[in-house]
Amino acid sequence: MGGLALMLAASVNAGTVLALAGLGLLINERAGVLNLGAEGMMLIGALAGYATALHAPGAGMLLGYLAAAAAGAVMAALFGWLAIGIGTNQYATGLALSLFGVGFTAFAGKPFVDRQLAERGRDGIPWLRDLPLVGPALFGYHLLVYLAVALAVGLTWFLFRSRAGLLLRAVGESPESAHALGHRVRAIRMLAVIAGGALCGLAGAYVSLAYTHLWVENLIAGRGWIALALTTFATWRPARILLGAYLFGGLTMLQFHLQQRGVQIESHLLGMLPYLATVIVLVLISRRAAWIRHNMPASLGRIFRPGT
Amino acid sequence: MGSNDAAGGHGEGMSPQAPRLALANVSKRFPGVQANDRISLTVAPGEIHAVLGENGAGKSTLMKIIYGAVRPDEGTIGWNGAPVVIHNPRQARSLGIAMVFQHFALFETLTVAENVWLGLDRRITRADVAREVERVSALYGLDLDPGRLVSSLSVGERQRVEILRALLANPQLLILDEPTAVLTPQMAERLFATLRQLAGGGCSILYISHKLDEVRALCESCTVLRAGRAVGTVDPRGETNRSLSELMLGEAPPAPPPRPAATGDRVLEVNGLSLPPGEERGVPLAGLELSLRAGEIVGVAGVSGNGQAELLAALSGEDRRAPAGSIRLFGRDVSNASPRGRRRLGLHFVPEERIGRGSVPSLPLAANTLLTRREPVGPGGWLHRGRARRLAARLIDRFSVSARGPDSPAGSLSGGNLQKFIVGREVDAAPKVLIVAQPTWGLDVGAAAQIRREIVALCEAGGAALIVSEDLDELFELCSDLVVIARGRLSPRIAARDATPALIGQWMSGLFRASAADPGPVAAAIEVEAHA
Amino acid sequence: MLRLVARPTPSRPLTLAAPLIAFALTVSVGAILFVALGVSPGRALALFFIEPLRGADAWSELSVKATPLALIALGLAVCFRANVWNIGAEGQFIMGAITASWVAMRATDTTHAAAILPAIALAGILGGAAWAAIVAFLRDRWNANEILVSLMLVYVADMLLGYLTYGPWKDPDGYNFPQTISFLPVTQVPLIADGHRAHVGLFAAVAVAIAAWLFLYRTYGGFQLAVGGAAPRAARYAGFSARRSLWTALLCSGGLSGLAGALEVTGPLGQLTPHLPVGYGFTAIIVAFVGRLHPFGILLASILMSMLYIGGELAQSRLGLPQALSGVFQGLLLFTLLACDALASYRILRVRRAVA
Repeated sequence: MGGLALMLAASVNAGTVLALAGLGLLINERAGVLNLGAEGMMLIGALAGYATALHAPGAGMLLGYLAAAAAGAVMAALFGWLAIGIGTNQYATGLALSLFGVGFTAFAGKPFVDRQLAERGRDGIPWLRDLPLVGPALFGYHLLVYLAVALAVGLTWFLFRSRAGLLLRAVGESPESAHALGHRVRAIRMLAVIAGGALCGLAGAYVSLAYTHLWVENLIAGRGWIALALTTFATWRPARILLGAYLFGGLTMLQFHLQQRGVQIESHLLGMLPYLATVIVLVLISRRAAWIRHNMPASLGRIFRPGT
Repeated sequence: MGSNDAAGGHGEGMSPQAPRLALANVSKRFPGVQANDRISLTVAPGEIHAVLGENGAGKSTLMKIIYGAVRPDEGTIGWNGAPVVIHNPRQARSLGIAMVFQHFALFETLTVAENVWLGLDRRITRADVAREVERVSALYGLDLDPGRLVSSLSVGERQRVEILRALLANPQLLILDEPTAVLTPQMAERLFATLRQLAGGGCSILYISHKLDEVRALCESCTVLRAGRAVGTVDPRGETNRSLSELMLGEAPPAPPPRPAATGDRVLEVNGLSLPPGEERGVPLAGLELSLRAGEIVGVAGVSGNGQAELLAALSGEDRRAPAGSIRLFGRDVSNASPRGRRRLGLHFVPEERIGRGSVPSLPLAANTLLTRREPVGPGGWLHRGRARRLAARLIDRFSVSARGPDSPAGSLSGGNLQKFIVGREVDAAPKVLIVAQPTWGLDVGAAAQIRREIVALCEAGGAALIVSEDLDELFELCSDLVVIARGRLSPRIAARDATPALIGQWMSGLFRASAADPGPVAAAIEVEAHA
Repeated sequence: MLRLVARPTPSRPLTLAAPLIAFALTVSVGAILFVALGVSPGRALALFFIEPLRGADAWSELSVKATPLALIALGLAVCFRANVWNIGAEGQFIMGAITASWVAMRATDTTHAAAILPAIALAGILGGAAWAAIVAFLRDRWNANEILVSLMLVYVADMLLGYLTYGPWKDPDGYNFPQTISFLPVTQVPLIADGHRAHVGLFAAVAVAIAAWLFLYRTYGGFQLAVGGAAPRAARYAGFSARRSLWTALLCSGGLSGLAGALEVTGPLGQLTPHLPVGYGFTAIIVAFVGRLHPFGILLASILMSMLYIGGELAQSRLGLPQALSGVFQGLLLFTLLACDALASYRILRVRRAVA
């Protein structure tokens, strides 16, 4: 495969992290909840997955992924209990979750820094990946890559064609109206938050188990924040999250690609690329204030208290 | 018993004599207030029954009890002759009780069918909902397209979506809470026709209101609430406004204060005020013209959503995009001046939203004075907190605000008292022009009368007032002249004594020529009338 | 059956007691954690909460950490009260250190302290303020979310730091380590007393706290900021300029964070290295909240946070526990504080189970 094809493949891999987290955050935000704890949940998921996989080799690290999703869900439930159940400020609580996640994983992850995981099995869908030509190109990715795509498709159907998804969107737009109609707004938001947390945890585990195949302090390096920017970039539509995630993944890969091509830009400056790109994209999207307001779940970030 | 009718569908086991709803000695107490005190009420099948009372009389608590949102402390509820306990709204709906709220529970970014779908308890597919919407809409002349986004609907249409949602649940009892607050008189007539058709099919209707003319026109029976008690059940068709009013208030209604007369000097002039909407769903203003003279009170009538908010923002200074020269205060151009600049010239404003705009609920009353008053601010921006406290204390005293003191947070005041404080804060500044939006909405009789007195007193002392309100009764009582705002245009000015509700209603639908130069209502306005 | 019922306004005594309750909860969880780690809770807790206060040396070390925390948190308090969520104080801290380092590296043998020291401080303030100004501009002009922009700029600033210290600013005599030259002694922030590391930045922090208190609670400008944060529609009604509040908040915050960076790089560190950022910008967020966004509360909270930092270092050296433990405590403290704060808006009622 040529260099470009390799880079595309690498973009997809890198982008899958953002896609999984971004889709999870999408579910959150469609219900009107802004969870700034994405970075923390991804870190905790990454660590939980890594630790579990270390102690339970075999089964293709499935247990690791499950543990990561569970860990993310638990942290999200804590966030949900505070922000939705009691009514703390969503921004501050999410931040607390991220800060706690950074500190906690730095502390709890110390024993795992130098420990190596067992060798990975081959990526890809069995049998299909062995097909000539299309095999490696289309079917050779890690299973989570396909999960992300399937998730995007499934979420699109869920949000726009099912009643449950309609209810989710309604809650995100006007929790007061949904409450007046007798729907259990806080329970719905809680479910959304937990689902989102599970996906963020899963995304984190993808980094530690598949993408980098190791654990170090602060492994996620800001990708949780980029995932948060993704939802705005994608105007809260699942397919666009996928697109944006791969684009950003590509940007990250651009750094290595340029270096390989011998382009003489210092590595730190190249390293700024994804972050600067996020800022630029945010600005471009936010300029159309009316458009944002039209697409954004109207109650995003506001506390909802039934009975007021 | 047509089981396919949308109303009164549950036919079996119903004794023809039993009342649809029978409340006996229902009471409910909240901390500090007895909201309902041994209320008894009976509604026959197919009857249109009004519940009449002033703000604060206990109507909404009673409805919440019937609807299942609140449990009574005492008393019994009978449904079709059998006693029931209503635990929650879902159970109430399964019994056949449906409620159309005053504040619509609608989702702007979803379609009519989707909105209705979310309000239904039973399992039904999206396609079936659309079909049902079309069927019931045709049956009752509601004229709603299931595929339209709610954001594109007018206020009258939105209310019809709420009614449709209630009808699809096959109710035996439909409760409507102040439904005409957002309707023009013509739209109200159309609503009444729908209600009569419903009642004819066997559905009982509970009609909550404080508007005497409507109750007398529509309802066969009326229970009057006062201070939590049911003080009488009458046939409103045989009563006069005065007799009903006396029942509601317990005494003769207070004489309206005399309307002050204009004294000549123009204080506020609006000329050619055209403004594109500031946000996506705003209403554009088109060439508004209005003038205010010292000593007079002018009212701007209109159903909400016709440009009132935009006009008020342009006048108050919250929106500074008005074309130069379009707004003049004492001859000075203030079109682009800030609110503070306008206040310095003597223009004060009381907004419609008391919490979050007219006051900051988490801050004490003393701090809230600083929103529009500069007296406690010293040179260099130094805050004299003692002065602010004294100012707040003076306001509390002068305007009989029931509050613990200048340090109590604004959020701890009741709606009426907060409004008294806010109006008082502005009136106390001795403005030369006072603009007030919805001055007595939601207030009890006493507070409403006090606020009206203050406004009149201000004008008798040489000031001028502009009242923007959806309450025609209030405007007729207070104002010497009226204009109507519809679709961002202002009607010609008319003296209050020459205006009739029918004419005003027509103007509210946009059917007027603002001036000789005005090309008249665009075709869309007529379409609005036809569809409203 | 117990139920939480909302109060109309939060209970004052509970609101005041919330930080103390949160602190007590954090300590309790910490004790459990220590037991789980196989360490005597008493000894470990003493390391965190008693040892850091013992003796002049300890207090000196406390002030070295508390000063940057307090400075940054004071700026964040202004921001948060205005509902401007500046999460990128860490980046502004780094930029202030960078610009201050540039000035410091201009010093020669003939430079006077009286000339260079104010220049360093000013450079730090300007560097941080300029970095924050980017956030303000993007939000003012194009409505870009300040949380994400300021955060992204943290990573950019960090990359810039790496670039400079690995590249153009690398000390040629530094054995190829990524670091600048050691700054000349004349650029050092004056110490308070010989033999201890505490420096005059401490006085600056106290002075800024007093100024912040005056501004926030005794001036019209501070009032406008607070209303803009609490009720933006009321601020618009009153005629308060949201733009002015936005810029004031971010420039203050950026400037103070930059000043903290300048003090740090010319004080305890003495040179610029990639290890400069230790998370003060993020810990300061916790300090701001624990201090209730009140300047004097922030001073106390920064001392508390410093104790946790130093406790972590002591726990590492004496008990072999990971230093990252302090991060856990800090995060935990914020969580419990948020919970206690919110619970002050509720009261617990015993509700009789509804009769069917």
